Amino acid sequence: MTVAEFFGCGLIAFGPPVSMFALTIAHDPIRTIMLVASAFFWLLALLFSSILYCAVVQLQDTLAFGLVFSVLFQELFRFLWFLLIQKAEGGLKKVSDGNVQIVENKHILAYVSGLGFGVISGAFSLVNVLADMTGPGTIGLFHDPQNFFVASAVTSLAFVLLHVFWGILFFNAIHRRVYLQLAYVILCHLLASCITLLNPRYSITLPTVWILTVLSGVFAFIVAGGSHRTIQAAIKGTTTITSSTRVLEVNVNEGADNSSSAALLSAERS
Amino acid sequence: MDGHVNIDRDDKLAVVEEAGNKGRKKKRKSQSQEEGAAEHDGGTVEDQEAAPSNSHPREGVVRRHQRTPEGNGQPEPTRRDGPVPLAARPNPQDPRRPQHPQGEWEEVEEDEEELKYGAQHVIKLFIPVSLCMLVVVATVSSVTFYTEKGTYLLYTPFHEKSKNFGDKLYDAVRNALILLGVVIVLTIVLITLYKKRCYKIIHGWLLLSSLLLLFIFTILYMIELLRGYNLGMDWITVSICVWNFGVVGMVSIHWQGPLRLQQAYLIFIASLMSLMFIKYLPEYTLWMVLGVISIWDLVAVLCPKGPLRILVETAQERNEPIFPALIYSSNIMYSSLGMADSEESRNSRARGARQEQQHEQAEQENQGEEQAAAMGPHDEAVRRRIAENGYAAGDGDAGFTEEWAQQRDQRMMRRQDQVASHIRQNPANIDQPRPHPRDLTAEEEEEERGVKLGLGDFIFYSVLVGKVSAYGNWNTTIACFIAILIGLCLTLIMLAIFKKALPALPISITFGLIFYFSTHLLVVPFTERLASDQFYI
Repeated sequence: MTVAEFFGCGLIAFGPPVSMFALTIAHDPIRTIMLVASAFFWLLALLFSSILYCAVVQLQDTLAFGLVFSVLFQELFRFLWFLLIQKAEGGLKKVSDGNVQIVENKHILAYVSGLGFGVISGAFSLVNVLADMTGPGTIGLFHDPQNFFVASAVTSLAFVLLHVFWGILFFNAIHRRVYLQLAYVILCHLLASCITLLNPRYSITLPTVWILTVLSGVFAFIVAGGSHRTIQAAIKGTTTITSSTRVLEVNVNEGADNSSSAALLSAERS
Repeated sequence: MDGHVNIDRDDKLAVVEEAGNKGRKKKRKSQSQEEGAAEHDGGTVEDQEAAPSNSHPREGVVRRHQRTPEGNGQPEPTRRDGPVPLAARPNPQDPRRPQHPQGEWEEVEEDEEELKYGAQHVIKLFIPVSLCMLVVVATVSSVTFYTEKGTYLLYTPFHEKSKNFGDKLYDAVRNALILLGVVIVLTIVLITLYKKRCYKIIHGWLLLSSLLLLFIFTILYMIELLRGYNLGMDWITVSICVWNFGVVGMVSIHWQGPLRLQQAYLIFIASLMSLMFIKYLPEYTLWMVLGVISIWDLVAVLCPKGPLRILVETAQERNEPIFPALIYSSNIMYSSLGMADSEESRNSRARGARQEQQHEQAEQENQGEEQAAAMGPHDEAVRRRIAENGYAAGDGDAGFTEEWAQQRDQRMMRRQDQVASHIRQNPANIDQPRPHPRDLTAEEEEEERGVKLGLGDFIFYSVLVGKVSAYGNWNTTIACFIAILIGLCLTLIMLAIFKKALPALPISITFGLIFYFSTHLLVVPFTERLASDQFYI
């Protein structure tokens, strides 16, 4: 099971993000840079929450404390990242080599930053587990959950996607000053993270997290200007999507065993 | 260490000079045309036609080219290589544009350059840097040989045997200072040789080192790889593989080869070097060396009397390449004729005119320079070569002729220089501040400007990430990787702002070190608990 499990879990968690990266980001240098930079901001957020966690020695055993503050730090850094992008917009325009799409369409940047946050957070929560999967060793000898690895991978994927959706919702909320959405993002993040405190009770945590993911996905899809028409257009592969609706399509596919949803920017098409 | 970033376009001097030169150049141009006519048969006509029409409208291009050699010592020969054959081809797209007043044109160009210095250059460095790190990290985490301790470099006589942290640190500091001393001495030797124009010695040195690296280090690497994966292979197969690999490497690095191949070899060499550092430096020393070298890099490149800076300035004075060897270049700068024929055929049309011009410009400049005497024959050879290539491009036998022999020297010089600087490291085992190799150069070409990063930068980035991954925690590895990329990004942004040669190591390595230690000490305890409890943030 070792190597097979490694590849299986790795692909569950990182397959969709990697394909999203390959299809929507890799071709555009500026998006790639933004992805790396937003990942860097997530790292900073993690660093600050770790400092807090290490500084408050008394509460180190209560992980819930560190977790909640980490969520808040992440959202704070998402906001700082947003501010930075706002400031850098002029420079971005210059640097994007005449490709103004990324500046004109705010959702692209939001999506890219969301994916940056998601990928790095997924990586941080899973890579060491993945490295352990290759063995040597066996999981579950001491009545530990047998499906620890698969559950970790599936939850990681959910969080990667959640970060993408949160990114879109968050940026949109600030742009349009819809603070309800902002509250939704933060609460949803808190809820999703806190629900994982119940692990390893996967029958509760996994469905909840995935319901939140699908909800946020639909929400982000609508916010970004998607509708059934855009889905139809995307399926038919027509290029007649109008500029208002071209923004973002979200295809939500629910699988039996692991559900995966992929948000694809259709910017290319238009 | 010596990594620095170089950008050519901003050379004010060059601009000024250019204005002054213009007349002279034109003269030279016509001269060269005549020569060309004499030498080439068919193509001359086109040459002549194209040249005058091109020269003015493309003033911007021309200027850039001129600057390049002045600004950062880009070799003219280089330019000659790749693009040249295209020059001779008829260029239907060549616009006969009206002449612009020079001043106006220059302004426009300046702005454009500003704008064009963009994201894709960053990506063009991201990819090779990531690949290099990937090779190192994959090797380090799968082959135990590179993490086993025991043998150390000659230059690090203090082996940190003590249990005491303070003693270890003391050893590390002494080791790092010794290494730095070696680096400084070798740099000074190099500069002295360069100043005295002992090119033969430098090139011999470089050639020898690359030979060593490509054969002996490769064979070591291969053996350890096979051992790591417990595979059996007989010596005959190994030697055939290594022989082929090494010879192709020597040819493509020092002479010519497809750009991708060349880049691949450079990346591979860089990763081999960094694996050596990871293996043969004691633990604390390695961290100390990374820090010390970045500081040295900063000093050597930015100080008014910094050795690397002196070297760059000397090269500029002589209007010749500062050893371009072992610089990773993202465009066709170092590509060879053969490649130009095949790979470029796509873009050739569009670029033909420009390249032609570059070529001519380079030639003209050369002729004008004091080195004209020395370069003369080369130029001839090149020109003939061009002619040959231009017309017989498809023949594929354009190679081994007299001209080739002549030209080869030139090319070898150029490449070897690059290599040499890098390779010098090798014997020294330490990074020497080779100024040139690590120039990160933003080179302006009209559509496609290459970015260059010294292999030394590759090496030390990979050393950092590889060493971190040797501790077995992937979180810290990822953190360092991201931090280094961001540092590189910031360096490039600063390059765009300051427009002069910049050291490429300090920011990245500082970020990398900060993130390594903070992640190692603070983040990992937190994330490990989160991961083992399956809590997600």
